[in-house]
Amino acid sequence: MPTETTNPPQQQQGLRPRVQLSEARDADGPTDGALKISIRDLNFFYGKSQAIYNVTLDVPERIVMAFIGPSGCGKSTVLRTLNRMNDVIAGTRVEGRVVVDGQDIYAPGSDVVSLRRKVGMVFQKSTPFPKSIFDNIAYGLEVNRMASGRADMRDRVEQALKDAALWSEVKDRLKESALSLSGGQQQRLCIARALAIKPEVILMDEPASALDPAATQKIEELIVELKRDYTIVIVTHNMQQAARVSDQTAFFWLGKLVEVDSTEKMFTNPEEKLTEDYITGRFG
Amino acid sequence: MEIHRQLDRDLDHLRDRLLVLGGETERAFRRAIHSLVERDSQEAAAVLKDDDIVDSLEVEIDRLCVDIIALRQPAARDLRFVISVAKITPILERIADHACNIARAAIDLNDEPQLSANVSDLPRMAEHASEMLNASLDAFTTHDAAAARLLISRDDEIDEIYNRLFHDLINMMVEDPQTTRRAARLLFVAKHIERIGDYVEDICELTVYMAEAAFIKHTK
Repeated sequence: MPTETTNPPQQQQGLRPRVQLSEARDADGPTDGALKISIRDLNFFYGKSQAIYNVTLDVPERIVMAFIGPSGCGKSTVLRTLNRMNDVIAGTRVEGRVVVDGQDIYAPGSDVVSLRRKVGMVFQKSTPFPKSIFDNIAYGLEVNRMASGRADMRDRVEQALKDAALWSEVKDRLKESALSLSGGQQQRLCIARALAIKPEVILMDEPASALDPAATQKIEELIVELKRDYTIVIVTHNMQQAARVSDQTAFFWLGKLVEVDSTEKMFTNPEEKLTEDYITGRFG
Repeated sequence: MEIHRQLDRDLDHLRDRLLVLGGETERAFRRAIHSLVERDSQEAAAVLKDDDIVDSLEVEIDRLCVDIIALRQPAARDLRFVISVAKITPILERIADHACNIARAAIDLNDEPQLSANVSDLPRMAEHASEMLNASLDAFTTHDAAAARLLISRDDEIDEIYNRLFHDLINMMVEDPQTTRRAARLLFVAKHIERIGDYVEDICELTVYMAEAAFIKHTK
């Protein structure tokens, strides 16, 4: 009998996402060390307006997961729930659970500072401090008291810049203003700043959308390198970028998670028609 | 949405050009067999002449596929369609090459006395292969994976006729050595038709891939 490489049967229930790796796991934490983030029945409200509906999603550790979807679909909102960045917006409310390394980050008494140290973030627009290149990295290390002296500080700054693939370009100008760097370099400096405080998860909200193709390529190569040591969740409008850098892709639409699967599957044979229409540019 | 409409237009154009190539290939095969059965060397010469049309269509479709991939970056079903067209195109070109080889055999054989022994299986085998080629292109056009799978199972019928013909022609050569050259020519013609059956199977496998994203090649 021929054996075929077939696809799982089509989902029958509308927008219920296919959630990988999670079916046999408890949402309270990883049972085999492979699950980094677990989102369960997440609802999010801006005042009375609901932006996110019942999102359930797992992010295994040391992968790149891309969030894609049209503007306003909720992908950035979900991303920001992963390190409670939405807390700073007045009138917002979260229901459901977000578990990082077995800890419910919305549980009463959860330490937000320590969460944001563990779950770093890089924004669409690079946000260097108006300080020297060196001080941009050193600042977070000082605030978190992570360096044991000047030599250790130098070593940590150097390592962070190396990890962000920026060291060779700035090693002779560490005292210059970070604002003198190009857009792409500034973005990698922000990544170095996030890496310096040794996070485990890096959230990226359209990190290359303001960059030229060459700078974008460097960021993408960096993302692929970083996943050896970090779990990365990236929001991108650029579907080719999602295809190039991510291992898994989640597609959001109108605040709902439509489908999540391996990026290869999502871009060659998605289960949901809505996903297919979006991927192939026939949306709407 | 302009870009998307352009992609749709490009995909429609690509499909149309593939169908033209498919039509030319089918026609070449039918005419080649006709030239052999009806001993019409003029028709055989026309098949050889028109092979240039097939070759230029192959180049044109290759370029269209590369342009669509480079400029439109298709994904999902669109990507599978373009990849399938890119793989089916050289298959059709090779089928047309087999038709040319049959036409050359016809020109050669038409100058010699017709074999008296019964080789009626040959046109029957060709008719069968021609129908399958036509049906495989229909299945591809309509994204009909079920029809493609059915056709794959029918390739065995061509193989059976080929095996029977093979033995008949070998026996003919043994019994009457004077027929050896002509029978050997027909043996090659039978082999060309049998190969066309295999190519039809390849087209069907690509149709299943395009429609269902299932890789069924080399799974027997």
